[in-house]
Amino acid sequence: MSAVVEKAVQPVQGKTVTFRSRFENLKKQVWKNKISYLFVAPFGIIFFVFTIIPVVVSMGLSFTYFNILETPKFIGWQNYTRLFLSDDVFLKSVKNTFLLAAITGPIGYLASLMFAWFINELPPKIRALMVLIFYAPSISGNVYMIWQVMFSSDAYGYVNSTLIKLGIATEPILWLQDPKYIMPVIMIVVLWMSLGTGFLSFVAGLQSIDRVQYEAGVVDGIKNRWQELWYITLPNMKPMLMFGAVMSITSSFAISDVTIALAGMPSVDYAAHTVVNHLIDYGTIRFEMGYASAIATVLFLTMIFCNKVVQNLLRKVGR
Amino acid sequence: MRHRKLNTKRLNRSLGGDIFSIAVLVLFGSFMVLPMIYAISNAFKPLDELFMFPPRFFVRNPTMDNFRDLFLLMAQSWVPFSRYIFNTLFITAAGTAGHVVVASMAAYALEKHRFPGSKLFFSIVVTSLMFSSVVTAIPNYLVMARLNWLDTYLSLIIPAFGYPLGLFLMKQFMETVPDSLLESARMDGASEFRTFWTIAMPCVKPAWLTLVIFSFQTLWGNTGSTFIYSEELKTLPYALNQILLGGFARAGVGAAVVLLMMIVPVTLFMVTQSSIIQTMAKSGIKDD
Repeated sequence: MSAVVEKAVQPVQGKTVTFRSRFENLKKQVWKNKISYLFVAPFGIIFFVFTIIPVVVSMGLSFTYFNILETPKFIGWQNYTRLFLSDDVFLKSVKNTFLLAAITGPIGYLASLMFAWFINELPPKIRALMVLIFYAPSISGNVYMIWQVMFSSDAYGYVNSTLIKLGIATEPILWLQDPKYIMPVIMIVVLWMSLGTGFLSFVAGLQSIDRVQYEAGVVDGIKNRWQELWYITLPNMKPMLMFGAVMSITSSFAISDVTIALAGMPSVDYAAHTVVNHLIDYGTIRFEMGYASAIATVLFLTMIFCNKVVQNLLRKVGR
Repeated sequence: MRHRKLNTKRLNRSLGGDIFSIAVLVLFGSFMVLPMIYAISNAFKPLDELFMFPPRFFVRNPTMDNFRDLFLLMAQSWVPFSRYIFNTLFITAAGTAGHVVVASMAAYALEKHRFPGSKLFFSIVVTSLMFSSVVTAIPNYLVMARLNWLDTYLSLIIPAFGYPLGLFLMKQFMETVPDSLLESARMDGASEFRTFWTIAMPCVKPAWLTLVIFSFQTLWGNTGSTFIYSEELKTLPYALNQILLGGFARAGVGAAVVLLMMIVPVTLFMVTQSSIIQTMAKSGIKDD
C-alpha cells in the first residue's frame, strides 16, 4: 500500500461544497488512510485518556465544589475568586513560583547553553565525561537530599561548620528554617539539577553544526568566538533552543519535590511554598478537588502562556 | 581579512578565551560533582564518621557496613524485599517496552505517512510538552478510579506508554530513515507493519535506546504512591524512601540507599550516552 496520500481534505474547487459532501470526503480520506490511523491509535488513545481528558476534566472541575465523596456541585467562578482574592497562601505561592521560575529558569537555561558550548570544544573522551558530570544531578533520583546535610541547621552541616571555622558566623544559621534563607538555598539546589534534557539537546545541536559554516564565517570576517556564537552557532541551533526553553520553563514552574524535601511541607511561614505545593496540599491532603483543579488550571495556562512568549522571543535569535 | 589558515583545527579561538572557558568548566564542574562524590563517600562511611565533628568530606576508613545493614533491614521487612525490586523491575520493563513500541508506531506514521489530522495531532503532542504532568494528577486519579485500575500495575505501566517526549523525539529521528528504503520494502510486498518493524526500526536504534533510557529514568523513580496502596505492589523507590525517613538511626543505611538509587540511572546514561546525543541532535522544535 502506498501510504503517501494527497494532503488532507481538499474540497473540489469551483463547486459549492456542502457540509455533507465535505464530511463524505473526509470519511473517504480516513478510510483510505486507515493503516496510518491504526499505527497512531495505541499511542493516541493512551495519550488522550491520560493527558487530554485530564486537562479537560481539570478545567471542568475547577468550576465546581468537589470532595470526591459527593458529586461535584457547580459553583461558577467561586474557586477562582477565592484563589485570587482571599487565599493569601496561594498568592504567596504564586510569588515564590514566579521568583523561582524567573531566576532558576533563565539562569539554568543559559548555563546549559554556556556549558554545552564550552564542553563542545573539548576532545571527545573528556567531552563525554563532562556531559556525564553536568547531566548526572538531574537524573540521580533523590541525591538532592545530600543538600539537606550540607545546609543542615546545626553545626554539623558543612556550610555552617565551614562558616564557623572561618569566623564568618558565630552560631549555626538556620538555612532551611529561616524564611530569609530558604529560597536562596532552594534556588542553588534547583540550579544544581537544572542541566537536564535541554542541556543534552544543546550538546547534540552543537555537535551537528557543519564545520564548513565556521570556515565560511571566517572568510566573511567573523573575528572571535562570540561573534561566531551569535551569527553562526545560535541561528543553527534555533530548534534546539526552542526545545530547551520548553523543557526549562515546564520544569521550573513545576518545582515542588525539592522544596518539600528540603524545607518541609508546609515550609516555615510558607517561605518556600510553590503553586504545585499548594496544589498537592488541596488535592491530596484536604481533598478539595474543585479548588485544586482551579490551581492546576491556573498553572496549566501560565505554563502554556510563558512557553508561547519565550518561543516568540527566541524567533529573534541571530537576527 | 586577516591571513589565517582555514584548515587549522580551531577557528576564532584565543588562548585567553580557552583558559577562561576551561576555568569556568572546572569551577562549575566541581560544584556539580562534589555532592555526588559526597554521596558516594558517605555510603562507605562508618557511623562514627557520619556524625563526626567537624564533618569530613571524604571517607577515612571505608566500610561495607551500610550495605550489610541495608540487606539485613531488607531481610526483615514485612513484605520480602525482593518483591519491591521485582515490582520496580516489572513496571519499568513493561512500561518501557510498551512505550518504545507504541510511540515508535505513532512516530512512524506521523513522519512517513500523510493523512488528515496528523499535523494537528503532532502539534497537540508538542503543546503537551509545555506543561508538567502535575497539572493532570488529580483528574488522572479519577480516570484510574473509573477504569478500576487503582492499586494495580496497570495504573503505572499504561500511562507510561503515552509519554509525549518519547513520541516527539522518535518522530524527529524518523526523518533520518530514507523514504526510498521504505518504498522498496513496500514494492517487495512487505506489509506496512513489516516495513515499520524490520526496516524503519533498525534504522532508528539510537532513538529507541534514548526512549528506553528516558522512560527508564521516569519509571525507576516512580514511587507509585498515589495509585498503589497494597504493600506487596509497592515499588523499590517507595520502600527505599521509607528507609530514608528513618532519620538518624538509619543515617548509614540511608546513605547506601541514596547511592543505590543514583548509581543505576547514571550508569545507564554513561553506557548509552552516544546514542542519546545522536537522538537529541534531532530534538529541535521546528518553526513552521
